[in-house]
Amino acid sequence: MSDIAERVKKIVIDHLGVDADKVVEGASFIDDLGADSLDTVELVMAFEEEFGVEIPDDAADSILTVGDAIKFIEKAQA
Amino acid sequence: MRRVVITGTGMVSPLGCGTEVTWERLLAGQNGARKVTEFEVEDLPAKIACRIPVGDGSNGTFNADDWMEPKEQRKVDPFIVYGMAAADMALNDADWHPQTDEDQIATGVLIGSGIGGLEGIVEAGYTLKEKGPRRISPFFIPGRLINLVSGQVSIRHKLRGPNHSVVTACSTGAHAIGDAARLIALGDADVMVAGGAESPISRIALAGFAACKALSTQHNEEPQKASRPYDRDRDGFVMGEGAGIVVLEELEHAKARGAKIYAEVVGYGLSGDAFHITAPSEDGDGAFRCMTMALKRAGLSAADVDYINSHGTSTMADTIELGAVERLVGNSASKISMSSTKSAIGHLLGAAGAVEAIFSALAIRDNVAPPTLNLDNPDVETAIDLVPHKARSREINVALSNSFGFGGTNASLVLRRYDA
Repeated sequence: MSDIAERVKKIVIDHLGVDADKVVEGASFIDDLGADSLDTVELVMAFEEEFGVEIPDDAADSILTVGDAIKFIEKAQA
Repeated sequence: MRRVVITGTGMVSPLGCGTEVTWERLLAGQNGARKVTEFEVEDLPAKIACRIPVGDGSNGTFNADDWMEPKEQRKVDPFIVYGMAAADMALNDADWHPQTDEDQIATGVLIGSGIGGLEGIVEAGYTLKEKGPRRISPFFIPGRLINLVSGQVSIRHKLRGPNHSVVTACSTGAHAIGDAARLIALGDADVMVAGGAESPISRIALAGFAACKALSTQHNEEPQKASRPYDRDRDGFVMGEGAGIVVLEELEHAKARGAKIYAEVVGYGLSGDAFHITAPSEDGDGAFRCMTMALKRAGLSAADVDYINSHGTSTMADTIELGAVERLVGNSASKISMSSTKSAIGHLLGAAGAVEAIFSALAIRDNVAPPTLNLDNPDVETAIDLVPHKARSREINVALSNSFGFGGTNASLVLRRYDA
């Protein structure tokens, strides 16, 4: 697993208070991990802070799963 | 109008987590004041506060994790956690857990705070300045708003009746209980979860209240001597924190389900000083009028009052309140006991009136007046028993609780023993 994936998962675990084994790449923040719309806004802010990237609102709207977040950040940092 | 009784209480206070542990320690003369060590106080004129004992939840300590998940706590200021904890306790104590649509819609929430999420606002201000607006959390607003205690409590317990809040500085808790009782009396709800919550102990609040000349600054080396209502050496209030919540219930509703009844809320009075933003008028007219109104509403005379839980903040205003009470009670002064429990728990600001209303209900239940600590040398002579140092066992059937706030906002509640 990439370093980015590890760091994304750690943020998700910390912010949503969920068990690590549930935070898989296919997990949806809202459907699988119990987040609401405000939680997802805060998660995106935490990703921006951690990785020093800017995630515009329209891009943020398409980040629905753990894997979406990892892919977006990998691409932004490539 | 319909009659309203108290059927549940919950409390987080500087003497402990829970109504009974707080009451026991209050009657034993314990004191919640200490030096503040959680943040820098050396440059502040007031370096002390009455703090909630934090721990693992045993022996009366408060463990926030027992009341709210850590990931939820992170999103809110502590006043919301305190309010949630006290509301849980009160609903459990009342054994009221509405499951049907009808019961949920008949149950409302009215919890206030004097200041709300002050510290969270300060932190967000730093974030805004240092990192810009894109770093302001979506939980910044809902974690600081005063009515979000009512909102959170309603969501957790599915209480779908009136959802309301009060902000009247140090009168908040009393106004919340009085207004909630009125909603029940008028038929807008059968049950109300009501009270106040406050978490003000921070650098900015200590600095702000000290600037108003409201805080004790001369007893930093002896924190437990600082809150000394009516004493000649008093020099300001000691800040406290916590929450007090009651379950109020329409009398027949409570009787029908066999609920335990602490006391009946028989009177509620409100007035404005229209005088000064932080000082009461020297003639105590606002205090006198709201006590008078509360007794009139109760259908009682001043001679019926056994115990008064005074506002008594340990400031110069103590003698103004005492004067107003003397004017109210006249010749029956010598049969009244009046104490300030702020001598033990400090001033809980928006939670004070609610916590003190609970103490008043317990004074009726147990026939005991809690003490005014540190009252070594009364500032003025009075025929009223100010209950110095030690709790006093005596018959108490009617209790009056006073709260007065910045802006000249006054509230008095009258509670009476309920005899089935």
